[in-house]
Amino acid sequence: MTAIPHPLPGVHGHDEAHGAHAHGHEELGFLKKYIFSADHKIIGIQFLFMGLFFMIVGGLLAMLIRWQLAWPDATLTPGHPVPILGKLMGWSNGYMPPDFYTMVFSMHATIMIFFVIIPLLVGTFGNYLIPLKIGAGDMAFPFLNGLAFWSALPPGSIMLTGFMLAGGAAAAGWTSYPPLSALSENAGVGAFAANFLRIEGSTWPTAAVVMNFIAMFLFCAYMCAYYVHLGPKVVNVVASIILSVLGAVVLERGVQHVAWDGQSCWFLSLFWLGFSSLMGAVNYLTTIIKLRCPGMTMFRLPLSVWSLFITSVLVLLATPVLASVLMMNLLEHQHIGASIAGSNARFASFFTPYNWFDQGVGFTGAGQNSGGGYVLLHQHLFWFYSHPAVYIMILPAMGMVSDIMAVFARKPIFGYRPMVYAMAGIAFLGFIVWAHHMFQSGMNPTLGTTFAVSTIFIAVPSAIKTFNWLGTLWGGNIRFTTAMWNAIAFVAMFVIGGLSGIFMASTAIDVHIHDTYFIVAHIHYVLFGGSMFGIWGAIYFWYPKMFGRMMNETLGKIHFWLSFIFFNGTFFAMHILGISGFPRRIASYLGYETYAHYQPMNEFISICAFALGLSQIFFVINFIGSWFFGPKAPSNPWEATTLEWNDTTSPPPHGNFAKVPVVHHGPYEYSNPLVEEDWLPQTRYVEGQENFRPAH
Amino acid sequence: MDKQFQWWPPQASNFAPPVDQLYLFLLAVTAFFTLLIFACIVYLALKYRRRRGRRPAPVQTNHLLEITWTAIPFALTLVMFFWASGLFVRMREPPADAMQIDVVAKQWMWKVQHPSGRREIDELHVPLGRPIKLDMTSEAVIHSFFLPAFRTKQDVVPGAYNIEWFTPTRVGEYHLFCAEYCGTQHSKMIGRVVVQTPAEYQAWVAGTGVDEAPAVVGARLFTQFQCNTCHGQRAPTLANLFGSTVKLSDGAAITADDNYLRESILAPRAKIVAGYQPLMPTYAGQLTEEQVMDLIAYIKSLHNQQP
Repeated sequence: MTAIPHPLPGVHGHDEAHGAHAHGHEELGFLKKYIFSADHKIIGIQFLFMGLFFMIVGGLLAMLIRWQLAWPDATLTPGHPVPILGKLMGWSNGYMPPDFYTMVFSMHATIMIFFVIIPLLVGTFGNYLIPLKIGAGDMAFPFLNGLAFWSALPPGSIMLTGFMLAGGAAAAGWTSYPPLSALSENAGVGAFAANFLRIEGSTWPTAAVVMNFIAMFLFCAYMCAYYVHLGPKVVNVVASIILSVLGAVVLERGVQHVAWDGQSCWFLSLFWLGFSSLMGAVNYLTTIIKLRCPGMTMFRLPLSVWSLFITSVLVLLATPVLASVLMMNLLEHQHIGASIAGSNARFASFFTPYNWFDQGVGFTGAGQNSGGGYVLLHQHLFWFYSHPAVYIMILPAMGMVSDIMAVFARKPIFGYRPMVYAMAGIAFLGFIVWAHHMFQSGMNPTLGTTFAVSTIFIAVPSAIKTFNWLGTLWGGNIRFTTAMWNAIAFVAMFVIGGLSGIFMASTAIDVHIHDTYFIVAHIHYVLFGGSMFGIWGAIYFWYPKMFGRMMNETLGKIHFWLSFIFFNGTFFAMHILGISGFPRRIASYLGYETYAHYQPMNEFISICAFALGLSQIFFVINFIGSWFFGPKAPSNPWEATTLEWNDTTSPPPHGNFAKVPVVHHGPYEYSNPLVEEDWLPQTRYVEGQENFRPAH
Repeated sequence: MDKQFQWWPPQASNFAPPVDQLYLFLLAVTAFFTLLIFACIVYLALKYRRRRGRRPAPVQTNHLLEITWTAIPFALTLVMFFWASGLFVRMREPPADAMQIDVVAKQWMWKVQHPSGRREIDELHVPLGRPIKLDMTSEAVIHSFFLPAFRTKQDVVPGAYNIEWFTPTRVGEYHLFCAEYCGTQHSKMIGRVVVQTPAEYQAWVAGTGVDEAPAVVGARLFTQFQCNTCHGQRAPTLANLFGSTVKLSDGAAITADDNYLRESILAPRAKIVAGYQPLMPTYAGQLTEEQVMDLIAYIKSLHNQQP
């Protein structure tokens, strides 16, 4: 259809005339080809590695949470002090103090949501799949695409810096509600680093300074790699290094001014990360709208591409609101004064009300720059982003699971158009339900009921999707590969996670279960049972395309079944805890006479969680081992119909397609009677297809 | 207090039975659909597992099925919405004759004051069968007053008064939690609610007898901060103010409730009464939240008096 010329010199457009030069990219050096690449496939894989790295960090934090909840303190016999870390940190008796526990659960959620699920779903598969599935040579803005990845690194590094500060990481929960998040944390001065990197009175230790310097250097170096054209290559490289060092020094010093404790690191990190999301979203939307190959109409797009399209609209509309609320929080968190934390006067008070009790100040009145703020403002703005973000974290998984199910059921996806409309419906409703997180906040109950009605209606498009997935299985010829098992698990777990959401949408029940473990169970069924199994399915499915090697199916199935069993062992019992009123975010429940009796149940949950963590070893072995020892992947190992499997190699070359594909069919022509095979590639023209009417 | 493992907290308030009924209805509906879908998945996965030579019919969609599985969930969600919202609105509107008890949350304790003046910390004594209205605020961070046995919960927010009400229906001791994460010692912010017979409650509330009623303390503060030098002369009279409609200088009319009175003490220039100059200074930073509540109690006590 529409093809715009490729914006980068040296990267081909879609002109067939240029097809002969498809391998003419020798001028790209190793650095630009594999590190500072503008190729969507490399960027997708970079996001994959970033997401998997942070998943290890977030997963280890989850293990700490479960250790603490199984054996909260030394009064239990036999004792279970935290292994290794207990000694390293010098905790009394080796048990985790509550202030550390609060950091652990805050950072677990933050990292898993912002640095694992979103980069894996949107960053990895958005990048990797969109151009390949729509028949484009690359993204519409390849440089911007690379920048989206490199500008996600400094936020990751700033977020981890929190752990290195004397006062510790952010500990106000992943929602960071002020006034709790506005309170200053104890920010001591770390060990000494090079003076030109460290500002006067900095709270950052050397390790944090060095780590952030590297991240910011890479961020600057990526931009220099594309925009420094002074002369010969040596001059460009030297000038780029000098510029990047200078840029990193300036950024590093600036960031230390702003991010002086764990909480301000948290705000700044996510503020910066928002730009990465926005660059990705602009790119995905433009690419899908402008770069579809001839014949690829919107209703011939695979559902994975549709889901990423709708997700990008959500990102584009919601992220600026998050950025604004984070900036407001960041300003409120800054103190006016010569030294960083030396003064009690604050820059702003968007959220702290009159007569607010500030530690060390007392009740704040006029003259202390505090007061007049509205506490619930943060919640409104934060959830205006974070509720759509829930759909940002599930819609791409829904789309990819739809693709996987059609392939392995050897049947067209059931109800293609209803599936698209249902995703659009979920996205639309997603923007008018945010205050259902605030039913207990003191919001007007009449307003609450309007949010309740929009919330409960989300059950309708969710039901449409679920039943259409069942319809896809019905009458199929199902191949149970690891990817298919994960896709089926996605559907099943999403049913539990979705239906438990009904309880929260029913306001009168929400009064009781709000802020209990029922919510923890719900979010994990959606984001782990849903999104995570979707991500695993997608990795098992597209790994051959990404790395040109097949993954091991036996190891994959062991990984799947262990994960599935222990996932349910971990999270299902949390529903029971929640209904009994067991509050979330507590470091110890032993002080609660009734809930102390839940210790065995918590111990069971924790043991399942540890087993769930250990099960991932099979995934790691499979992922790394297959890369080196896996059998070479054919171009279409799953006998699928879409472009990435039929019109290019595994892995695809730079520029993706040797010639511009021309699409003749929808994405799910499986078992079509026109052809002998049970799959009909989208680009294969068949005599008589004009007169063919699909079955209904 | 129940000290055994329990699947479900005891029912001790007027809200517990209707909330539990709705819960059981939802549980039945969701369990039915979960089991139905799981059964479908298992059945379809077994029946249609790969067989050599089988070729599926390439069915694209079925309009009747699509309409069915859109309409049935839609109808069910409407039932759930009306049932739940009716109950929710009732839970948020206290009856006029409810007894007001003041609650101030701090990091990390609950400070409670009864209308007679008796104070308690991390405990709440209430009489059986009497509607209780908790008028709650917080000094620093958000807390949440959670009574599992009463099936009720309300965030306690700095800068505003939030209201929670219930009628205790069973004598006994029950858990009181802070449900909203409020910092390091969040898990230690534990209390109990003691439901007593009215006679026991009367005896309890009359005990010790050292605490003054909030309105009395408020009257003293009113003089101490020299509020009386203006109010009634240059400033509006406060008699019969509470619950009345106030005309503002910008033409708006507002009901004088707790939140309006609080704002007028701490940020007097936010809303100017029509016909008066904005002369009043702020008392933010000079009054604790409890003192603000005492002043409001005093203003409320100026009811049915001649100005």
